[in-house]
Amino acid sequence: MVLDERAERIIGILSDSFFPILKAGLYFTVPLTLITFTLGLILAFFTAIARISGIKPLVAIAKFYVWIFRGTPLLVQLFILFYGLPSVGITLDPFPAAVLGFTLNKGAYSSEIIRAAILSTPKGQWEAAYSIGMTRAQAMRRIILPQAIRVSVPPLGNSFISLVKDTSLAATITVTEMFQKGQQVAAATYEPLWLYIEVAFIYLMFSTVLSYAQSMLERRFDRSVAK
Amino acid sequence: MIKLENLYKSFGDIDVLKGINLEVEKGKTAVVIGPSGSGKTTLLRCLNLLEIPNQGSITIGEKELQFQSGTKLKPNQMTSFRQQTGMVFQSYNLFPHLTVVENIMEGQVVVLKRSKAEAKKRSLDLLAKVGLSDRADMYPHQLSGGQQQRVGIARAMAMDPKVLLFDEPTSALDPELVGEVLKVMKDLAEEGMTMVVVTHEMEFARDVADQVIFMDQGIIAEKGTPEEIFTLSTNPRTQQFLNKVAR
Repeated sequence: MVLDERAERIIGILSDSFFPILKAGLYFTVPLTLITFTLGLILAFFTAIARISGIKPLVAIAKFYVWIFRGTPLLVQLFILFYGLPSVGITLDPFPAAVLGFTLNKGAYSSEIIRAAILSTPKGQWEAAYSIGMTRAQAMRRIILPQAIRVSVPPLGNSFISLVKDTSLAATITVTEMFQKGQQVAAATYEPLWLYIEVAFIYLMFSTVLSYAQSMLERRFDRSVAK
Repeated sequence: MIKLENLYKSFGDIDVLKGINLEVEKGKTAVVIGPSGSGKTTLLRCLNLLEIPNQGSITIGEKELQFQSGTKLKPNQMTSFRQQTGMVFQSYNLFPHLTVVENIMEGQVVVLKRSKAEAKKRSLDLLAKVGLSDRADMYPHQLSGGQQQRVGIARAMAMDPKVLLFDEPTSALDPELVGEVLKVMKDLAEEGMTMVVVTHEMEFARDVADQVIFMDQGIIAEKGTPEEIFTLSTNPRTQQFLNKVAR
């Protein structure tokens, strides 16, 4: 029967393409996510500290950075880095360009999460730290940050999971991550519906695993949260 | 031990302290009473530099600080001055991410650079003293308010301060938990700790204070022994206040 043949063909394409797409995920999507999340977090941390430092030039730089990278589309940022910069003599390979773009973008968003978490720590905690003779830096490191980190785990977890999916934009600057790989197979086989569903399914697998990791982490930090 | 001279503090246009002069001798307990908004808490917070006075001077132990409007204290000047006092807060302000024993160790290790073993030993001794040896490894939120406040006292004591400051230490507590905290404070006073206590517990003031200070509208309206304030006072403001709280 015709229908059987078509079903057989689709199943054949999907099973042939599953591992290459998964491989693209493991080789590009996952490293891209982990690297940019880590770098973005470091950048976010220093941006947040600069923002609340009270030192005017630092505050201004931090504000400006967040303003630019939160206020423009990620896709446009990636295009400027990859397609735009070569015209002024700066040529980046696709993967480093993607790392840079995602890091700058995530850093801006996450810095606001961290800043909010630091500011949400009750004033009494600062006062208690000062009252036992701590300096501002000691109070920040020993008392405020450990509490702020706990508060920022759920929103940072969310932003991590959205990063997994955002990395599909790297396809537009020729990084052969999962979505790019899916596009290639879809174009070659003329089965876009099934191929993109397959790609979506693999993204879902990744984000499910990561959600689970996030909830484990939250539970760990929950130990000492006041009820 | 403590000497305040002509201390002024304002927040914007509002003058909260208007020329406070006060002395507390070593080993004595001064209890500050007065209506809310009278400046008691601000006075206490000035002693620990949580508020910086606009004018006047504070002497604690050997160290004297002079204030003028626009005075900027150096951070190390502030921390070394603060280390002479311990503060017990109305809302305890224990560190929620640390266990009870870690709360008491924290300042010893970070500020006084004691070894962990030494800090732990001292912490456990203090916990025994406030009757909470069995709670050492719990987190603050697992304790009652009265227990948390006793940990707060132990945390302040662990820094070996010359003076302990109490900012309405029992005001946030359920009535049945007030006694356990006051008992710890009374024991400390009897052992010769120098203390300044802001409180609404008149009975405590009567029993424990060497000096009662009645504040009203930013000034010390009257000070004296408990007897002088509670029994012999002829100051109409003092009498009006005492009548109100007695009700």
